[in-house]
Amino acid sequence: MTAATRPVLLEARDLGLARGGRQLFESLTLTCNSGDWIHLQGANGTGKTSLLRILAGLSRLGFEGEVSCMAELLYLGHHSAVKPLLTPRENLAMHLSGAIQRDAAAIDHALAAVDLYGYENRPCNSLSAGQQRRVNLARLYLSEAPLWLLDEPYTAIDVGGVQRLEARMAEHIADGGGIIMTSHQRVSQPGVSTVSLDEAASQHGAES
Amino acid sequence: MNATTFFMLIVRRQLLLAVRRPIEIANPLLFFLMVIVLFPLGLGPAPAQLATFAPGIFWIVVLLANLLTADTLFRSDFDDGSLEQLLLSRQPLYLSALAAITAHWLLTGVLLALVSPVFALMLNLAPSAIPTLMGALLLGSAVLSLLGGVGAALTVGLKRGGMLISLLILPLYLPVLIFGHGAVVASVGGLPVAPYLAILGAMLCLAIALAPLAMALGLRISVDA
Amino acid sequence: MWSFFHKLGSPPWLYRISGSILRWLLPLTIVALFAGAVWGLLFTPPDFRQGNSYRIIYIHVPAAVVALAGYYVMAIAGAISLIWKMKMADVALRASAPIGAALTFIALVTGAIWGKPTWGTWWVWDARITSMLILLFLYLGIIALYEAYDNKEAAGKACAVLALVGTVNIPIIYKSVDWWYSLHQPASIKFTGESTIDPSMLYPLLFMITAFYALFTCCLLLNMRAELLSRERRTGWIARLVAESR
Repeated sequence: MTAATRPVLLEARDLGLARGGRQLFESLTLTCNSGDWIHLQGANGTGKTSLLRILAGLSRLGFEGEVSCMAELLYLGHHSAVKPLLTPRENLAMHLSGAIQRDAAAIDHALAAVDLYGYENRPCNSLSAGQQRRVNLARLYLSEAPLWLLDEPYTAIDVGGVQRLEARMAEHIADGGGIIMTSHQRVSQPGVSTVSLDEAASQHGAES
Repeated sequence: MNATTFFMLIVRRQLLLAVRRPIEIANPLLFFLMVIVLFPLGLGPAPAQLATFAPGIFWIVVLLANLLTADTLFRSDFDDGSLEQLLLSRQPLYLSALAAITAHWLLTGVLLALVSPVFALMLNLAPSAIPTLMGALLLGSAVLSLLGGVGAALTVGLKRGGMLISLLILPLYLPVLIFGHGAVVASVGGLPVAPYLAILGAMLCLAIALAPLAMALGLRISVDA
Repeated sequence: MWSFFHKLGSPPWLYRISGSILRWLLPLTIVALFAGAVWGLLFTPPDFRQGNSYRIIYIHVPAAVVALAGYYVMAIAGAISLIWKMKMADVALRASAPIGAALTFIALVTGAIWGKPTWGTWWVWDARITSMLILLFLYLGIIALYEAYDNKEAAGKACAVLALVGTVNIPIIYKSVDWWYSLHQPASIKFTGESTIDPSMLYPLLFMITAFYALFTCCLLLNMRAELLSRERRTGWIARLVAESR
């Protein structure tokens, strides 16, 4: 498929953001078509998370430009949105995000996929930090949303976990989904395009 | 998933979270009991005097109990990122906010109304006024939960929201205090109570219509800031 | 119409136009306040029951009336800010809260001073005073909420929501408090129907109310200009303004 025939999932035009008197990025334009896998790169403090929140529609104040999101999205933020008092099963069945499958078989399958088989009925506060992250990542196997916005999905995940995660993301791309993610690690998959926020910052740094 | 199912999902989730930590359910009740105990100690134990003040004491304590729990309404969901997920869910935020309030009302207002006869007898309130007291508490506490939710939504992103929320919300609680108190006093005096309950009901209708809208706006602002 | 709205959203334009309005409105207001005070205090007959002490109404009533109107100004600014996302509406909201709070405070203090000779006590829990006290809390709530937010744009939006919630509630609170206690004189100024206040006392009162509205407008514009300067201090038009004034 050529880019022209693929449906647009998200379009951002002329984004600009200043924090504390510093211009983080300026006139940033970004399009995510179905089948696009975009890796946002940048050092700490270059505004990766802020950009992702703007794209998700969580930040609506204080930036320039326009974002139009045509698809339902799955957002994975810094916070895991996992309730320590609930079991992994309950956490997923009662997750507040939309567009996820909630039937028991699908949830058990997803928990097995993130290596939490045998833990599904323990309260999450008895799980390790990495296991709690994985409860959240299990949503990637339940999601029906075409567009994924993932903020540092690899944090606190072991090597095997990262490989399985990338495989799942590649599968999502092959199914016609789109991914915009941030990560300090390299994403070793073919077809990943990179957007660097370092340049946007350094350009402006020379100016001011 | 349709809106009604999602509404029920949130109510069940909030109730389940509360059941898993029962002390959270008991806290408002214990607070209620302890503040009630303060009044005979502060005002003197003369039964007739207590009976005069009982309706007022009740409503003030209900106000305070609601205020204390309102702050926790969205706090943990904000801290762990669940609130972000809710905002992105494309479910009507109006209904989601209403669902959270429904759960809060079941856990505070309804529970307080259920145990209120015991406290009413301790304060020497005329037993004939107890049904009115319970009815007024059920209606009034729902209004209080809705208004408290607005305050909670506006302050959940702030580090020290606890004190601020009382300044924002207590003035709005006053009509409920006035008419809830009026209903009980009327009932003690043998006067018709239906007008009071009707006014409380009208306030509840207005609050159901408007408060979740304000909550939805407030939650978006809080997650943004 | 829309171009006017658009201009209203532009800080330099607002700064300029408010400057030229203030140039004539401010002196006019000061003269009107002075004239109204002299008229009310010296040229009206004493009240047959309260003697001269009633004359405090020439400050008390206008302050109370404009304090309440100020809340609605604030709420309308809040609605504009939420609906049309106009930043200048945020500035107006932020600027009107302390003025409204100050007027409410003046109304409360003058009410207490008036209460001493009339009822023999500084404070009576009557409907109007209690309502004014609650209005003060509502104003303080707005100011406190604004100050609590670090992000001033979010602060403006949050206050707008709170002001709108307050607006829906004010009539309910007033009616409840009225019903709760009514010891005060019944409302005696009505624009429709018969008035129980003598015209020789009423005209200076209406004049003073108008003057207080003008005072509110002046303070609002002055406050908005100060807020504009502080918010936009990094922009070019302020640098040019500073250069011009040197």
